[in-house]
Amino acid sequence: MTTTPEQKKEPSIGADASKPFVLKPFVEIINISKNFDNFVAVSGINLQIAEGEIFALLGSSGCGKSTLLRMLAGLETPTTGEIIIDGQDMASIPPFKRPINMMFQSYALFPHMTVEKNVAFGLKQDRVPKKQIKERVMEILKLVEMEAYAKRKSHQLSGGQMQRVALARILVKRPKLLLLDEPMAALDKKLRAQMQIELVDILEDVGVTCIMVTHDQEEAMTMASRIAVMDKGSIIQTGPPSVVYEFPNSRFTAEFIGSVNLFHGKIVEDAADHAIIRCEEIENDVYIDHGVTGTADMLVSVAIRPEKMIVTHDKPDEKYNWTQGIVEDIVYLGSFSTYYVKLTNGKRAIATQANLNRTIHERPTWEQKVYLSWLPVSGVMLTK
Amino acid sequence: MKGRTSYKMIIVLALGYAFLFGPIVILIVYSFNASKLVTVWGGFSLKWYGELLKDKGILDAFWNSLRIAFCTAGFATALGTIAGYVMARFGRFRGHTTFASTITAPLVMPEVITGLASLLLFVSMERIIGWPQGRGMLTIWIAHVTFATAFVAIIVSSRLRDMDLSIEEAALDLGAPPLKVFFVITLPIIAPALISGWLLAFTLSLDDLVITSFVAGPGSTTLPMKVFSAARLGISPKINAIGTLIVLIASFFIVSFSIISFKMEKKRKREAQQAFENN
Repeated sequence: MTTTPEQKKEPSIGADASKPFVLKPFVEIINISKNFDNFVAVSGINLQIAEGEIFALLGSSGCGKSTLLRMLAGLETPTTGEIIIDGQDMASIPPFKRPINMMFQSYALFPHMTVEKNVAFGLKQDRVPKKQIKERVMEILKLVEMEAYAKRKSHQLSGGQMQRVALARILVKRPKLLLLDEPMAALDKKLRAQMQIELVDILEDVGVTCIMVTHDQEEAMTMASRIAVMDKGSIIQTGPPSVVYEFPNSRFTAEFIGSVNLFHGKIVEDAADHAIIRCEEIENDVYIDHGVTGTADMLVSVAIRPEKMIVTHDKPDEKYNWTQGIVEDIVYLGSFSTYYVKLTNGKRAIATQANLNRTIHERPTWEQKVYLSWLPVSGVMLTK
Repeated sequence: MKGRTSYKMIIVLALGYAFLFGPIVILIVYSFNASKLVTVWGGFSLKWYGELLKDKGILDAFWNSLRIAFCTAGFATALGTIAGYVMARFGRFRGHTTFASTITAPLVMPEVITGLASLLLFVSMERIIGWPQGRGMLTIWIAHVTFATAFVAIIVSSRLRDMDLSIEEAALDLGAPPLKVFFVITLPIIAPALISGWLLAFTLSLDDLVITSFVAGPGSTTLPMKVFSAARLGISPKINAIGTLIVLIASFFIVSFSIISFKMEKKRKREAQQAFENN
């Protein structure tokens, strides 16, 4: 196969294995802040992202995640801080010269152009030769399975098709960094689940580094290899989805990602390999298999996920990690049921149980007295 | 019950239309009157249209009006688009409110005031810098551009506010410098608003009497001025004839513009429907 000289010169978009990110992060955000008049949208964010990573900024609306994304794209100027991409400081580079492309929440297709022209637009700005533009446009439309729609205009496309075109339009430019702003927000629920997987497949195929913004934790966990949970302009926790879910570092993360039972209490025993916490809301002490760097009598919270709660009719034999209550409500969801249990002191706890067999009579029912228990490895102690 | 309601509604509708269009219908009917008396019907005739073609004064005034309206519409559309863009896209810069209110002031200013102010401006400018020399087509054009720009700016800025800002940002993000984004993305998308603005500026200029009277000079009589002065000397059916012609031309443009945009909208909706059904 022969290649033209132009093609040889172009950098590969795939992840370069010879450059380990541990030594040199691909995207570096250093102490970035953004103020609008008197409102602080983003305050002092530091973030490092490796090449080829799909990274999600997760937070509720107004937490500053979109502002951060727009600063990366160059559509907002940071008040303080630096953005370095592939060793290049972005401060003096206007948005139309950055090696970064963004997919907008509304997809922002040009309504007066066909799909083909939309995709070709970015290449035309780079003065790529006409013949190459045509080849690359067709190649990318094939990748997103939209080549049959090349001559259509944006109003002739469905939501999912518009998303593919928007993706093709930025991928065709072979950017160093891809930004996705709420990529699924304009799609209905069923299509969303399907497109999340497809989008990740395409991104991994191309191997491009990608930062996405979402308020949907399920979406972030499905698509991203790492998540940053944001609140009020700061990052609360960064890590792979499983770490953020299983080892939340604060009450905010625990409550924001999934649902959680939080019990407040104080430490009565703190050792290297375990800790015992006394909570007023539950009858027995809580035994956790990890210690904290804290003092005795320190006020802490214990977080236990609903699926880690075990619902039984019989009283557990253990000394620790159980409490009792009355079943107040049951939500049957097919594969599992959620039990709302009112504890003796009035606090409501949530427990989900997988419906492993078809018999219903053995499961707890309304107004029944039940015991909730959990393992020492299930609870997480939170000091923040 | 339903029949009676719609019967009443039709009467109300007819009365409304009669109130709006009755005078115009009478004007058109009497333009075909054979009698020289405007208010007495003397049989059907086209003679006033023939007379009209022979009246060089009216034809000249009509030609003047057309030229001024054409130039005004073009220039006002260009200026109004820039002003509208600044109002809609530049955020709350220093002096934003002052800018927006001075641009839109001619909308609420009484025409007499605008006309008088323009006249005073032209007179003192001539005295101080020697330009514009005297009053004529040029001064009428400048005065018309001033107020027509306001209307175009309003139309364009409201269209721009409706437009998804991220479309422009996407173009910027894909590598087009700001000026190119404006010409290649923004302008084509707001083109319908520019056409409406142009048509509005054209009609406003064609129609204006008060401001024109203040700033006109010898040899620059426009059609409204001619009609007005003719009417003061006694109404001639020729005026009806020219009125009919203007109504016909205006309706032709308005009707064809609405038909075209209606058809385009219908086609767009049908295609969107198809895209929806195919998935």
